[in-house]
Amino acid sequence: MKSRSQDQSLSDSRELDRSYDPLTDSVSDEGELSTVCYRPEGLDHLLQQTNFNKKELQVLYRGFKNVTVGRLPQECPSGVVNEETFKHIYSQFFPQGDSSMYAHFLFEAFDTHNNGSVCFEDFVMGLSIILRGSITDKLNWAFNLYDLNKDGCITKEEMTDIMCSIYDMMGKYTYPCMKDNAPKEHVDNFFRKMDKNNDGVVTIEEFLETCQKDENIMQSMHMFDNVI
Amino acid sequence: MAAGVAAWLPFARAAAIGWMPVANCPMPVAPRDHSKRQDELIILNVSGRRFQTWRTTLDRYPDTLLGSSEKEFFYNEENKEYFFDRDPDAFRSVLNFYRTGKLHYPRYECISAYDEELAFFGIIPEIIGDCCYEEYKDRKRENLERLQDDQEENKDMKLPNMNFRETMWRAFENPHTSTMALVFYYVTGFFIAISVITNVVETVPCGATANQKDMPCGERYTVAFFCMDTACVMIFTVEYLMRLFAAPSRYRFMRSVMSIIDVVAILPYYIGLVMTNNEDVSGAFVTLRVFRVFRIFKFSRHSQGLRILGYTLKSCASELGFLLFSLTMAIIIFATVMFYAEKGSSSSKFTSIPASFWYTIVTMTTLGYGDMVPKTIAGKIFGSICSLSGVLVIALPVPVIVSNFSRIYHQNQRADKRRAQKKARLARIRIAKTGSSNAFLQSKRNGLLNELLELTGTEEDEQKLTKTTSLLESQHHHLLHCLEKTTAHEFVDEQMFEQNCLETALQSYPSRSPSISSHDGSMGTCCSRRVKRNTPLPNASVPPAHPVPTHQGPLQELSAIRIQCGDPPSHTASRSNLNLKTDDKGRINCKGGQITTAIISLPTPPALTPDGDGLHGPPQRRPPPPPGHPPAPSIQTTTSSAGTNIVKVSAL
Repeated sequence: MKSRSQDQSLSDSRELDRSYDPLTDSVSDEGELSTVCYRPEGLDHLLQQTNFNKKELQVLYRGFKNVTVGRLPQECPSGVVNEETFKHIYSQFFPQGDSSMYAHFLFEAFDTHNNGSVCFEDFVMGLSIILRGSITDKLNWAFNLYDLNKDGCITKEEMTDIMCSIYDMMGKYTYPCMKDNAPKEHVDNFFRKMDKNNDGVVTIEEFLETCQKDENIMQSMHMFDNVI
Repeated sequence: MAAGVAAWLPFARAAAIGWMPVANCPMPVAPRDHSKRQDELIILNVSGRRFQTWRTTLDRYPDTLLGSSEKEFFYNEENKEYFFDRDPDAFRSVLNFYRTGKLHYPRYECISAYDEELAFFGIIPEIIGDCCYEEYKDRKRENLERLQDDQEENKDMKLPNMNFRETMWRAFENPHTSTMALVFYYVTGFFIAISVITNVVETVPCGATANQKDMPCGERYTVAFFCMDTACVMIFTVEYLMRLFAAPSRYRFMRSVMSIIDVVAILPYYIGLVMTNNEDVSGAFVTLRVFRVFRIFKFSRHSQGLRILGYTLKSCASELGFLLFSLTMAIIIFATVMFYAEKGSSSSKFTSIPASFWYTIVTMTTLGYGDMVPKTIAGKIFGSICSLSGVLVIALPVPVIVSNFSRIYHQNQRADKRRAQKKARLARIRIAKTGSSNAFLQSKRNGLLNELLELTGTEEDEQKLTKTTSLLESQHHHLLHCLEKTTAHEFVDEQMFEQNCLETALQSYPSRSPSISSHDGSMGTCCSRRVKRNTPLPNASVPPAHPVPTHQGPLQELSAIRIQCGDPPSHTASRSNLNLKTDDKGRINCKGGQITTAIISLPTPPALTPDGDGLHGPPQRRPPPPPGHPPAPSIQTTTSSAGTNIVKVSAL
């Protein structure tokens, strides 16, 4: 694996396929980067940055690469995963409902560079936090997921969006019947629990504090540690 | 869960952490993965070729053989690999499916072999990738057509209980099934030809008589032609009525193209009969005679090529339609142009646009009669453009039609070839089958002898008796033997069976009818002359043939003759001499005496099975025919409880 930094490879691609627009100094959307294939950093580099061991990284990369090479080059350059893929994967796992919104939020959480695609480093670092991070890291990650505009606090609207997306995944056929205000009630519950100073937003400190006090949440955070 | 995404389940589970802080209820316990294996390489040995892949690759598709625990059935402990006794070439595509998520269909592979492989590995063919799916479907359709053709062949076989009507229909549809049908086929063909020739000759001017001008033959020999016409129409009518009667679905038959042609061919005659010689209608009557030419279409029943042509035209209807449409467009355009171009010239033949149609058609089809020619320069220019474009427009749809015709024609040829080959194939298969059943009958005795030997023989005899029968064969024969015992009938081959039937017919037993098909009686008694031969030891000298009952003299002789003169070089290989199944080795043991399995035609009543009955010579032992037993001929060999073989030779 080449030990090029991702920025370097990005600039290479810009020169290569003339999709570089000097005016806006932006990289056009994925379709025009089709000639490039992203390669991740070296295995050692990733070993340092994440808490996975070598074998786990190998397994993860093999699965990752398989998904990315299968696509049409126009849709998504190989080596990165785009939002469509996330949505597709989630729709397979949650066929009853509509998981596209939640997949979108998830994608935003993984796409730390905000460039519309998740490369292997992003993917593995996200997973490392979720699976091998400390409890604080995990909670931070969850907070980051909820905080849609990444401004450090969760508003009621953001939470409602998240909640609706989660409830959408359930689909129509539930027991008991899904009432229309179920997400809203849930959000109210959440805020009642988390928002200590009742200012209508939940900050990271409030969030951490409340979660650390809740036994259920603490326990459930460790539930998926062994998935890889 | 859909295929391929299984690998991402760990990710989805990990991301579920996002729900935890907002959850209302406590979470369920996660399933433990006890066999926390590291991802390992597993070896798949397919008929000697070793493929290796990660275990997780195979786990991607858990609803297939390789992805589920079903593969454990194929695990080979010694070599620590999974062994599959399948085609390694086809396995390549299967394994690539796991690796890439796409199933490809290799073009060199036979479609049914590939289907079998997919079925074995639990992969549905519908997930073949788009790149190969069309080819796969095409090949599959071809194969299906081939199978359907074969099935239709089978339908040709005469069903046992076809009534007269069905037989007739079959004779009409397939003239090769019986001689009568063939005769009918040729007769109708002949009369169609006669009718057509008559129609043609009718209009030829015969020699003029001195005072008259040339007359067409039809008017000169009116009576003769009328008789000829009548005869033909009679034949056609009879044929049509017979077909109508025999058709399984009369309504459908009446709607079919061939029947409409038949009707149109004979109707003018009847209409002509009915119509009077009225002046007004006679004109119409004359034009009606034109329809007599449709009789020529009746030939399409006789000619396959004609049918194929018709079918091709039908299947190319859209191309023909396009041809017609484009030609019409071009004609109108060019006719208009020519008309206006030639408007100026004097004495122009292009008097109107419809009049120019004729010129355009003649020019575009490159006929060029020359009756209408443009005179102005503009007219000539446009005329040449017209003829050039005509060539192009006509040439374009023609290859499509041609290729369609070629495909259908070759398909038909293949069907004919298959039909011709089928007879030979079936004959060969039949020979192989009789071969195997004869092998059983042949080795049955040897099997029996073998049994006997095992019980009582010495080692050297065993060696002498060792046959080249494989274990499989001997087990199979044992199985057939068990069936014989179960049903108390014996296997016998065709010739013997027929002979048996013949001979029982010969039997003139007073109280029974000697008919072959009679049930309880005749077979039971007249063929019950059995001589039980006791051969306790193979080495013992076998008593010469048969203490036969005297009053079955002539038949005894028959059987005696059969037995004695039977010294064929019979071997297990020879299938022809089945009457005398003497065996060399048998002869070795039973010195000189020849044990033959002759024909018996008796259902064994259970009482007959000798439990302890050793020598039962007496012919009076006439078992009461058990009720309801089918008169199946059978060879009876029973083993007495003493373990000796008693071969009964019936006196037939």
